[in-house]
Amino acid sequence: MVEHRPWSHLVAHLILIAGVALVLFPVYIAIVASTQGPGEFLRGTLPLVPGGHALENYRAMWESGLSRAGAPPAGQMLVNSLVMALAITVGKLSISLLSAFAIVYFRFPFRLFFFWVIFVTLMLPVEVRIIPTFQVVADLGMLNSFAGLSIPLIASATATFLFRQFFMTVPEELLEAARVDGAGPLKFFKDILLPLSVTNIAALFVIMFIYGWNQYLWPLLITTDPDYYTIVMGIQRMTTAADGDPQWHLVMAAVVMAALPPVLVILFMQRLFVKGLTETEK
Amino acid sequence: MQTKRMTFPGRWLPYALLAPQVIVTLIFFIWPAAQALYQSLLREDAFGLNTTFVGLENFARLFADPYYLNALSVTAIFALGTTLLSMSMALLLAVTVNRMLRSRNAYTTLLVWPYAIAPAIAGVLWWFIFNPSIGIVPYLLEMLGYRWNHRTSGADAMALVIIAAAWKQIAYNFLFFLAGLQSIPQSLIEAAAIDGASPFKRFWTIVFPLLSPTTFFLMVVNVVYAMFDTFGVIHATTQGGPSQATNILVYKVYADGFVGMNLGSSAAQSVVLMTIVIALTVVQFRYIERRVNY
Amino acid sequence: MASIKLAGLKKTYAGGVQAVKGIDLAVADGEFVVLVGPSGCGKSTLLRMVAGLETISEGQLEIGGRRVNELEPAQRDIAMVFQNYALYPHMTVFDNLAYGLKNRGFKGDEIRRRVEEAARMLEIEAFLPRKPRQLSGGQRQRVAMGRALVREPAAFLFDEPLSNLDAKLRVQMRVEIKQLQRRLKTTSLYVTHDQLEAMTLGDRLVVLNGGRIEQVGTPMEIYARPATLFVATFIGSPAMNLVPLAYLRERGNGLLGDLPEGTDLIGIRPDDLRLEAPEAPHLMVEATLELFEAAGAESHLYVRLAGSDQPTVIRTAGQPPVAEGEMLRFYVTRDALHPFHRESGRRTDDPNRQAAA
Repeated sequence: MVEHRPWSHLVAHLILIAGVALVLFPVYIAIVASTQGPGEFLRGTLPLVPGGHALENYRAMWESGLSRAGAPPAGQMLVNSLVMALAITVGKLSISLLSAFAIVYFRFPFRLFFFWVIFVTLMLPVEVRIIPTFQVVADLGMLNSFAGLSIPLIASATATFLFRQFFMTVPEELLEAARVDGAGPLKFFKDILLPLSVTNIAALFVIMFIYGWNQYLWPLLITTDPDYYTIVMGIQRMTTAADGDPQWHLVMAAVVMAALPPVLVILFMQRLFVKGLTETEK
Repeated sequence: MQTKRMTFPGRWLPYALLAPQVIVTLIFFIWPAAQALYQSLLREDAFGLNTTFVGLENFARLFADPYYLNALSVTAIFALGTTLLSMSMALLLAVTVNRMLRSRNAYTTLLVWPYAIAPAIAGVLWWFIFNPSIGIVPYLLEMLGYRWNHRTSGADAMALVIIAAAWKQIAYNFLFFLAGLQSIPQSLIEAAAIDGASPFKRFWTIVFPLLSPTTFFLMVVNVVYAMFDTFGVIHATTQGGPSQATNILVYKVYADGFVGMNLGSSAAQSVVLMTIVIALTVVQFRYIERRVNY
Repeated sequence: MASIKLAGLKKTYAGGVQAVKGIDLAVADGEFVVLVGPSGCGKSTLLRMVAGLETISEGQLEIGGRRVNELEPAQRDIAMVFQNYALYPHMTVFDNLAYGLKNRGFKGDEIRRRVEEAARMLEIEAFLPRKPRQLSGGQRQRVAMGRALVREPAAFLFDEPLSNLDAKLRVQMRVEIKQLQRRLKTTSLYVTHDQLEAMTLGDRLVVLNGGRIEQVGTPMEIYARPATLFVATFIGSPAMNLVPLAYLRERGNGLLGDLPEGTDLIGIRPDDLRLEAPEAPHLMVEATLELFEAAGAESHLYVRLAGSDQPTVIRTAGQPPVAEGEMLRFYVTRDALHPFHRESGRRTDDPNRQAAA
């Protein structure tokens, strides 16, 4: 490091503390709001220190939800979110690993064609082709089902691309040594390639889990049955109602519950998360 | 495109391995995209009984529609605002964190977690903070003499969604800027210091130019994010209002097609969006190629 | 144990590039044959064709009298040691050695017995529970050897196995490989670009250049009577000096009259140029010493021949009392001259005649 003046160090810390405060501020407000009683919001401004109603608010949301807003209990929505996020994550990882393996370790007719079919999906996020995708899922009878929530989202060019890049860096000689050692393609995949990919799989798992958990538009479109509501989309239903009938303390309890699982994943797996993020985008 | 020097023999195995991904892609990506393309050339009557082939008429109407043109400019402002706000905040924080030795990891942890928050949740959080009757920010603004109301003021609403969208994206930009900064050789900065450049000058003449590949990459990613991933922010907060002030393209496709049931127009909008995505992807690929090659 | 027979082997890549242009070679049972040549000469490709890692475009390959052109590597009964060792990084040393045996359906007891025996032979027993990344380069090299040993194959194939080691370790492993091969008597094909490694290891050398064989023979045959200019300059260090015949003729004392027809270039090994006149028939050249390089037991003299700008190297024992800039006289016996034809690159006398005593 070149030159270190004490005052510049202090300024740097101040900037960072301000930045952290700015980043934390909305969540702090949400946590504070989620601990208030129902009357607090009628008085005009929001209190800035936690109130004493945390337990009852969270319990109310967890167990019964906001029935007036048509939202099921948060506990159930969290389970739905978890199922959807895991299904999307595991699905994406499995089909991407298999297809990347095929593309890197085999030569076969139309290889390039399939490669492009998969990679086109990079270019077409679900948001840009909402109606026709909805129609396909409706025609297949997959509305209001976990299959409908997850399968259309598991095709991932990103994961395939990352695994392809990683497989290309696996030394050629490992494959050759394995073949001299009598391993066929599936044995090589299982015994050598998968164990070597563990870190990459874990890193992608973090990214994909967050992606899956945070899905919003898709569950909004294909679920009309509250039994399949996910927490992220469920909150929107509550806020629409909360504007007229302020239940902010309950909505914010749900917000905290919805944000907690993916935030915990990042905090506990920061290293994998950073690896997954920076490598999927390169 | 490359394979390994040596590959496995196998007639049907590679196809079996590719099948799950290809089938999902065909059913849920290629087919709907083709449908959008096809539907964009049709018009349905009000009862959905008759469809007629209308050629490019849907597109012609689209670009003559003042609401659509409004959505285009709203999207441009929103994307630009989100990108600038988020990237400048992230760059400031990344440069500052990069000076730290012991506290670097602690600050990084504290700054990256908003990546995990869904855009819709980010929207709800800021919607609450800016709530005109109970929110904390309007209360403070009122003391400064500004009456905030995003339910009636288009500018306020736009500011709100930009802040919410940018807030969530800071973490992402921060991590990439930090990685970019750490890849700049320390010796270059030391050389500049020996050449007598002040810290401020060092940043603008050495660090910032060397960071330009990262900056360019992030600009593309942020524009894509603001255009397509922020549906949740809009839908959970302003729903495009007040009076179309925050009606970005992605939200309009949804509103026109799913709520308004105007399939031909929605399909044409989808096609326009796909064109934009493809253009941005090409730019991004170009950039990746260039970066790999130098 | 098996012999290996290569008949007209060719490798043509999809783009039309021919890497191996027709190789005939018979490796006897138990023989240690070294393929040596500069990078790009096709030696590794040839070895990989024998291993089954590259397809054979043309020709026939037999291992143990059986045609194996179309067989998978695992079915050819060979074991290979790779340049970068290619150890499975996520498996312990034991599992690395055992993997090939497991895939072949060996029983647990037999696997354990073979792995332990190989580990004992290579002195890596202590490392069996470790992962490759916990080992040094030399230890990894031993594990790679062990993986080949446990299989008890018909032939060992070595692809530059020592080139990732430092100089000292390389010499040590070279000796060990030689001893091991003597003990096991397993047919071996060994690829290297290092001519010293080739000379010291091989029962026979195959010198390759541009996808073709330049010369096959025992190390001493090749050193004493290189068949081509390429072999002459590739084998031996410092490389053989090449002097135009015309230059020597001007200074020759009638000694050069009986050279075979077509000779126009004379090769002289750096050790054959001496500072004292020998008794045998010889010729003398004068040269200016430009650089003196003392390397301990021997010295290298970089000189320029008088009346010519021909640079030449002389190797001599000890440290002769000479000074840079000095004009020196060198003597070379008639027997030490290697006659070549420059254009064809071939030796002009019979390459198979025994070197004169």
